[in-house]
Order: sequence, then C-alpha cells, then structure tokens
Amino acid sequence: MSAPLWTFNGGVHPPQHKSESNREATRPARLPKRLTLPLHQHIGEAAKPAVQIGDRVLKGQVIAHAHGYVSAALHAPTSGTINDIADYPVAHPSGLSAPCIVLDSDGAERWVERPAGRDYTQIDPSHLRNMIREAGIVGLGGAGFPSFIKLNPGTEKRIDTLILNGVECEPYITCDDRLMCERSQEIINGLRIMRHALHARECIIAIEDNKPEAYDIICAAVAGEAGVRVALLPTVYPQGSEKQLIKVVTGKEVPSNGLPIHIGIVMHNVGTAYAVYRAIEHGVPLISRYVTVTGDAVKQPRNLEVLLGTSVLDLLQECEVDLGATDRVIIGGPMMGFALHTVNAPVVKTVNCVLATTAAAIPEAKPAMPCIRCGACMDACPANLLPQQLYWFAHAKDFHRIQEYNLFDCIECGCCSYVCPSYIPLVQYYRFAKAEIWAQERDREKAELARKRHDFRQLRQERDKIERASRLHKKKSALHSAEAAADGPASEKTEKKAAILAALERARAKREGKDDSGAVGE
Amino acid sequence: MPLQTPSSPHGHARITVTHIMIRVALALLPGIAACAWFFGPGVIINIVFGIIVALAGEAMMLKLRNRPLAPFLRDGSAMITAMLLAVSLPPLSPWWLTMLGILFAIVVGKHLFGGLGYNPFNPAMLGYVMLLISFPREMTAWSPPLSLNEHPLSWWDTLRAIFGGTLPGGLSLDAVSMATPLDTVKTQLKLHHSVGQIINNGSIFGSLGGKGWEVVNLTFLAGGLWMLSKRLISWQIPVAMLAALGAMAMFFYTVNPALYVSPLFHLFSGAAMLGAFFIATDPVTASTTPRGRLYYGAGIGVLTYVIRTWGGYPDGVAFAVLLMNIAAPTIDYYTQPRVFGHRKD
Repeated sequence: MSAPLWTFNGGVHPPQHKSESNREATRPARLPKRLTLPLHQHIGEAAKPAVQIGDRVLKGQVIAHAHGYVSAALHAPTSGTINDIADYPVAHPSGLSAPCIVLDSDGAERWVERPAGRDYTQIDPSHLRNMIREAGIVGLGGAGFPSFIKLNPGTEKRIDTLILNGVECEPYITCDDRLMCERSQEIINGLRIMRHALHARECIIAIEDNKPEAYDIICAAVAGEAGVRVALLPTVYPQGSEKQLIKVVTGKEVPSNGLPIHIGIVMHNVGTAYAVYRAIEHGVPLISRYVTVTGDAVKQPRNLEVLLGTSVLDLLQECEVDLGATDRVIIGGPMMGFALHTVNAPVVKTVNCVLATTAAAIPEAKPAMPCIRCGACMDACPANLLPQQLYWFAHAKDFHRIQEYNLFDCIECGCCSYVCPSYIPLVQYYRFAKAEIWAQERDREKAELARKRHDFRQLRQERDKIERASRLHKKKSALHSAEAAADGPASEKTEKKAAILAALERARAKREGKDDSGAVGE
Repeated sequence: MPLQTPSSPHGHARITVTHIMIRVALALLPGIAACAWFFGPGVIINIVFGIIVALAGEAMMLKLRNRPLAPFLRDGSAMITAMLLAVSLPPLSPWWLTMLGILFAIVVGKHLFGGLGYNPFNPAMLGYVMLLISFPREMTAWSPPLSLNEHPLSWWDTLRAIFGGTLPGGLSLDAVSMATPLDTVKTQLKLHHSVGQIINNGSIFGSLGGKGWEVVNLTFLAGGLWMLSKRLISWQIPVAMLAALGAMAMFFYTVNPALYVSPLFHLFSGAAMLGAFFIATDPVTASTTPRGRLYYGAGIGVLTYVIRTWGGYPDGVAFAVLLMNIAAPTIDYYTQPRVFGHRKD
C-alpha cells in the first residue's frame, strides 16, 4: 500500500500530548438540561429559525433552515421545548454574543420520524447532495464549510482524487483518532457515498504515523476495496492543512487563490464522512459530534460524543476540570485554536477539541524582542513565505509591499510564531495586516460607490437639463408652427411684440445714458 | 480565575535569542583556545576585557535610548560582537585599541542604527575596519606562533603589555610581533619574489597555511560544523563563501602558481573559517532567503580573494562582509522563494 509521498517546506514538531485523551473509548456525554444552538455554526449565511418560543420539538427535527446556497440547516439534538431565541455567548475569538435557539430537553430523547435504511447506490448524486444539505452537514475538521457543495463535481472538471483527512496534526486533539478506531466501517461507508456523489476515480485516506491503531483499523476496513488506499504520513504540523496534505499525498499544489477542485481533488474530514453515512443510511442529521476534552486542567481527559449546543462548562465538568487552576480554555488545538472568553459558550459543529490548560502547561508569552532575521520562521513556514519580511512590512504598515510578498497565502498555522526566538507574535501581525487591508478595500469600495453615485447624479442632472431644454424647444417650435398655421393674427402679434421690445430697449438706453455710474458697472 | 484570551499559537518552542547566542559563543571556544595556544593568552584577556566594555557600552546606550536593560543585556548579542572583534585583534593590542573598537561597534555600529536587529552592518566588522584604517601599525603587529616565538610572554607579562604598555626585559613590540603569513606573502610578492620562493624561505608557513593559523582555522571550522549540525546557522553562507574563495584561488593558482598562492592556503589563513561560519552568518546583516544566502556568501568569498590578492590589506574578510551587507536587501528582494501554490518562473 505504499505510494510515493511528497513534502512541503518547514513545519514544526510541537509536543504531541495525544496519549492523555486517546486511551479510553468514546462515550456519549451526559444529556444536558439546556442546549444553546447558534444559528451560525458554519461558513456562509446563518440559518433561519423554523420554530417559535414555546414550540415542542422532537430529536432530529429541523429547527432552523439553511438560508441561501452557502448555509446549513440546524436540527434539534434532543426532544424538548424551545425556551428562547436570542443572543447568547458563542464560541468565537471575539467573545461576542450571537443569535441562538435555546432548547430545554425533556429527557425523553423522542425521535422525529426517520426514513428506513436507504441504499445510496440507488440514489442520484444530486439527490444525495440535497439530502446531505438537509442533514445540516458541514466540514467537521474545523472549517465548517457546507459539505454538499464540496460533493458537487461541477460540469467541467472530473474528480480524480477524493482525500479523507484523518491527519489530525494539532497536538492534544484525538477525536478523529478515536473515531477512526471506533467507527471505521461507518467512515468507509461514508467515503463510498462521497465517492459515488463525486464519481471520484480514486480515494486516499491520510493518517499520520502517530496513530498506528487507527491506521491498522482503517487499513483492515478498506482491504480489497478497489481504488481506495490508506497513506501513512510522518507526523509533522501542519500536515492536516488542506493544501499541504494534498501536496503530500498527490504531489500537486493547489494554485494560490484556487480551490482543490480546480485540480480535480476534493478533501473531506473523516468525521464528515461519518456524518454523511449516518445521514444517508440512517436519516440522522448532524446533531452530535466527537469532541476531545483535554489539557492539564482536566483530570479525566477523554473523547465524548457531544450533542451540539452542550455548553463547554458541562463538558469540562464531566471530565473533572479544576476551574480554579484553569488559565485558558482553547477551542481547537494549541497551534490554531482560539481562547474562549467564557466557558458558557456551546459546542458547535466545528468544535473538535476543548483544551483547558493551566499557566504551567502554557505559560504566558515572553515579551517580544526585535527580529534578528534569523530565518527560523522561514524555515518553518509551510507556505514557503518569508515571514521575517512580512513582519517587517506589517510592522511598518506597508500594506502594499506586504501583498507583494504574498501575505494572503499565509494560512495562519502559527509555525512562525512558535519557533521565533524573539517571541514575536508574528501571526497576530499578519492577521492585523489582513484585517487592515480588508478594511481599506471596503473603504475603497464604499468610496467607489459614492463616486459612482455622484457621477450618476451629475449625469442625471445634465440629462434632465438637456431633456428640459429640448422639451421647451419642441414646445416652442410646436407653438411656432401652430402660429404659422394661424397666419394673420400671428404676424400681427409678432409685430406687436417687436414694437414692445424696441420700446423697452430705448428706455433702457436712455436710463443708462443718464446714469454715468451705472455704466461703469456694465 | 479570569480566562486568558491571547491569540494563537498557544505555546512556543522555547528557544530564545539568548540560547542561540550562548551556543554560538560555545562554538567559538575551541578556536579561541587554539588562538591562545599558538599566539599567547592575550586573546583571552582581550575577549574578557572586550565583553566587559561591550556590556557597559550596551547598558549606556540602552539607558540613553530609554530601553529596558535586562532583556537586552541578557540577549548575548553584545557578548558575541565583543568576542568576534577581540579574537580578530592582535593578541598584544593595547587596551584602548580594544575598547575603541568595541565601543565603536556597539555605539555606532549597533545602537545609532536602532539597536539589535536594525543594524545594516556587522558591528564587529565595522569596529575592526575602523581600527584597521585608523591604527594600521597596531593592527598588523601580530604575535609569532608558538614554535617561532623566542620570547613567549606569561599571563602576567601579557596583562602588563596590554594594560601598561610595557614589555618585560626592555623588549620592543617588534621583538614580540611579526607579520602574518597573508601579510608576508603580500609584501614579498610586491618585491617580485615567487610564491615558491616565499614559502620555502619563510619559516612561518605550515602545511595548509601559516603555522598556528592553519590549526586556528581548523578549530573554527570544527565549531562551525557543530553549529551547522545544531542548525544554529544555515549551510548556504559558509559553503558558498568557502567555495567561492576556493574557486577563485584555484583559478588563479592554475593560471600562474608563481604569482598566486594555493586555494588551501587561502582557506586556512587569516579569518577565512572564522569569517565563513561566525561573521558572515550574522543573521541581522546577512541575506535571509535561501538562494540569497548563496549569492551573499559567494560575494564575500570572491571579494575576500580580490582584496587579499589585489587590495591594499592582507586580509579582506571584514571589508568583504561589509560590502555584502550593503547588498543584502537587494539580494533578498530578487531571491524570494517561490510561494506555495504559485507558478514556477
């Protein structure tokens, strides 16, 4: 099963911390009394509520519809009553609140009526995509892009390779590891459905060599399956990043600003494959997911199958957190995850890990020293950028030069900050520069719009003037011709008019002749 | 306990500038020991004195510039500057020479440009060149190697020579110093001797370069290779510099061996190895892109050869480094690596 592997520049090897949480089998988390479900759990438009306060809902029932093409529906993770639809704290780096549906569970876990087992091979791919869309499935690796869109091969391109991402390169996180160990058949079935939808020629399941158990189990599950192979990759961060992983297993580089599908490749997370299988073959929408709860502030680190909307605090308590010693609670891994402002935020579709650490495990960053241009960041950068130069331009707010040095190819993986001997928060500088550039672009667009409006207004005024003049002219000439037609009286009238005008002229000349001072002004 | 919400990444490889500088200093030690063995303990006295002066100068400038003292004194960069400059000075240099050079390096070469990370020129080489231009007599009075030294000086004598300006037994400075092999070759060639004659007549030449000098260069090479293995420096600059220096020497040596010394002599004389591994690799002032480092190193190698062979000074590493420092930003601009997902040009 060994096929050639490629490499990308740099990468880092932070301490793994996987063994803390991957020893025990995953179990369902306790059913919480209250679930808080943000309407925006994915990339794209927020979902639109389909229920009202006080409604009783069943498990799996739609509570919010997808709004627009790039959007995802939301389902009740358990049966109960809608308690509120309002803004609540959500898991977001900003710490701001966002619209949520609050569901009080009745503890009965009564299911909505589900279709019987379905054979995906008998279902048309476009219908499959629609079912996946209605199941509210988004990329579970962390990005949260609606999956049905990435299962559409389009009309021009043939999908050569479908890659299942089981790399899980971030330290601490083991939910994909456990999922592969425990749900291998379901994942492979999901892969088959995805392959059917995409007409993909071959499939590659990518797993890093720090998950030997998962690798063996997945290999056994796909044994004998035509056109499917499992790739065992040497562990390096950020290998799980889409473009880097595509390079490693296929040798192809996704063009800058391009998408994998442009080079005939589609990648999905193993968790997404599992969700697709459950949706198609069992009619179970996306209402739960595997979440790793770990970190040195947690006494019982493990993986839990968590209903969406469960609060982070509930999970931490279930794993016996020492809240007093907790210094930060990170959603995701230590390299790219963001720190929560409040543990009351709920788990959403994209939360793969809750990492609670003390100041001993992750001490506060040292104060930054000046850049000595050692190039350690450049050696670590998986996008082959020159982070030291980008830093220089971000520092100087030279947003033109920083784009020449391809700032927007930065994937914010954090390798540069991780290795910087001067402890410069490089990624923060790049985020700042990107935000500034976006703000400038918005301002420019606004100014452009204002300019267009102004130009149009002037054009309109000009046009109105011309139209008015031509209307007047038409009227006059119409009058003229009418008068001409009337003949006699008309000429009489003009004579009379001319006489009056001449008299007025004479009077004016007389007045001016008398008044000398008036002549100066003329 | 309120939650901390810093931005990612959370955690660090925990390698600091200080770690790097200390390891560079460690890599220098074998070479310094060899210098002390062959040319007397003066080099060690100069280095210790130089480090004290450098730290004092650094503290003074930080104070004047309202910068925090502790983190910058601890970063180790002033120490490295002092070591590199002091090891390049003649072992019996008077204390004021060392002090002048080091203060010039720290105050003008480093802090007037903005301090650590902002200096366009290698501060140690700037100090060295200032001394070389201003005090050519003191700067060329190098001690004879161990085997040729008729008046080896003790630690105490050396201390008195450096700080008191007096030599024991009424010796003159000329009696305890002689021209370096590079210097000898240069002067003798001007007198129309052939390379063969010069090397056969001079007792100062060894099998690779000059006596003592070849061992010093070998130990700096060893320290450099250790830094390479620890990834403290990248291979491009030293390899390109030594290859360019060797290639230039090889070409002219092949054309006329009576007029031009051998590539081995160039590689193991003067500051070749010290320059290649410890001076040219100063990250602040060197080229920073992988391809750029090749051009940068090669430029230093070529210029070193040119200055040694046709210039006014016996060794050219310092001038070559400073000249390439000027070129580094331009080299970086034209040698940007291909970014992931961008087309190959």
